[in-house]
Amino acid sequence: MTALSVRGLWKSYGGRSVLERIDLDVASGEFCTLVGASGCGKTTFLRILLSQERPTRGTVLLDERPLPPEPEPGRGVVFQRYSVFPHLTVLQNVLLGPELQGSRWLGRLFGSARRRAVEDAEGWLAAVGLAGSRDAYPAALSGGMQQRLAIAQALILQPRVLLLDEPFGALDPGIRADMHVLIRDLWKRTGMTVFMVTHDIKEAFGLGTRVLAFDRVRHDPQAPEAYGATITYDLPGRADGAEEGSLTPVHDPIPLPLAKT
Amino acid sequence: MRRLVNRRPGAAGSFYLAALPFVLLVAAYLMGSAARLAENPNDKLLPAPATLAAAIEQVAATEDVRTGDIILWTDTAASLQRLGLGLATATLIGLVFGIAIGLIPYIRATLAPFVAVLSMVPPLAVLPILFIVFGLGELSKVVLVVVGVAPFLVRDVAFRVAELPGELLIKAQTLGANTAQIVLRVVLPQVMPRLIGALRLSLGPAWLFLIAAEAIASTDGLGYRIFLVRRYLAMDVILPYVAWITFLAFLLDLALARLSRRLYAWAQPS
Repeated sequence: MTALSVRGLWKSYGGRSVLERIDLDVASGEFCTLVGASGCGKTTFLRILLSQERPTRGTVLLDERPLPPEPEPGRGVVFQRYSVFPHLTVLQNVLLGPELQGSRWLGRLFGSARRRAVEDAEGWLAAVGLAGSRDAYPAALSGGMQQRLAIAQALILQPRVLLLDEPFGALDPGIRADMHVLIRDLWKRTGMTVFMVTHDIKEAFGLGTRVLAFDRVRHDPQAPEAYGATITYDLPGRADGAEEGSLTPVHDPIPLPLAKT
Repeated sequence: MRRLVNRRPGAAGSFYLAALPFVLLVAAYLMGSAARLAENPNDKLLPAPATLAAAIEQVAATEDVRTGDIILWTDTAASLQRLGLGLATATLIGLVFGIAIGLIPYIRATLAPFVAVLSMVPPLAVLPILFIVFGLGELSKVVLVVVGVAPFLVRDVAFRVAELPGELLIKAQTLGANTAQIVLRVVLPQVMPRLIGALRLSLGPAWLFLIAAEAIASTDGLGYRIFLVRRYLAMDVILPYVAWITFLAFLLDLALARLSRRLYAWAQPS
């Protein structure tokens, strides 16, 4: 089944083209990694999928329907930074989605509804290895723990699509490897479709079922910004193959030990 | 020899260094007072400690023969009521308009330039208008504090809201938040510490406007009293009143700082 279908997508800001001629079909449950040089539009493409930006031309269909014009709970997101709310504790951060969904006016749950949501949230905290930090504020967490929190916060609403904008770009290599195990395991268990922007080619091939490379193929020396980037390579990743040994650290699957972060 | 920028006082050292300017000020006053009084025992400019104590006893512990009130307390109550009402109103305005301007593009486009111009109106210049419109009663004094403080609070809150990382607002939307929920659960709690900080900075101007209004038209209040006794060169009353006002302002500032630290622990640098 096709989750995402992009036809003739262009994006430009004024006279500056960022993306052009993008056609793409992605099956439900794929793990697509987006790679390319800085400024080649891969993040812009992700923002279009998030409805943070609108395409200048072209259509984007999600599950056969036009993409909603605003961000919505069907598509979760984890940014490189500022993904969690600094004024909420770890548990409150994960609880926020269910609370916003369950209480349209106050955005707060009470009584048994809250207890159920708390149980659910604690389950997700355990799944990302943050059960021991439930009452800490994000400022007290390491970068890797903050990203785990951001993932749990996004996944508790069980989005069909998860968008990751360089989520591990600011992490140490060891922590990164742990996060790879975590995200792959969550992806396999939930069956969601994942789009991940990354600068790390190894990460892109190791995690993705498909690697989409963005680049500018047309150049006008007199007007370097006349043409945008497009998808130049569409390669299979190793994520669903048997030979995933090179990237997979030898760790237990989740729940991950907290001490690692 | 270590560089000056790397040398730090210890805990006790910090305490004594902090006390030093106060001690010097008091010592300078006592010496000046003694010198002037030695030359002219009737000098009123720098009254002796005993004279100050007698005046304090008169205003703070003796009932007024005409009204039976203790004037320091009635003055303090009147001034604090005006200040409190003014600051509370200004805070509410700052919060509502600041968040609206910072978060909602249509309201920002409509009101941000207007508020920017409004905040340039010198509040004391509109004081006569306030007296004409609201009369000489309590309302005009409270309104002067509001007019003086609210535009700053509105702009500071609006800046803070505009500074919130866009990622957080997008993230809230992917969690299903509508505009009201974004305001209640994301924006409001994050601007509260900043609002309290702005309020602390506003305490100085608020007292300024309050005392100005009281000086011009009032029958009680700390500012009224200072300007009343100025006619008799009563430095023995003015100086304790100034010290008392300073102390009240300091206490208010301290209380707000404590409140912010207690309620918004997440915003404190660890």
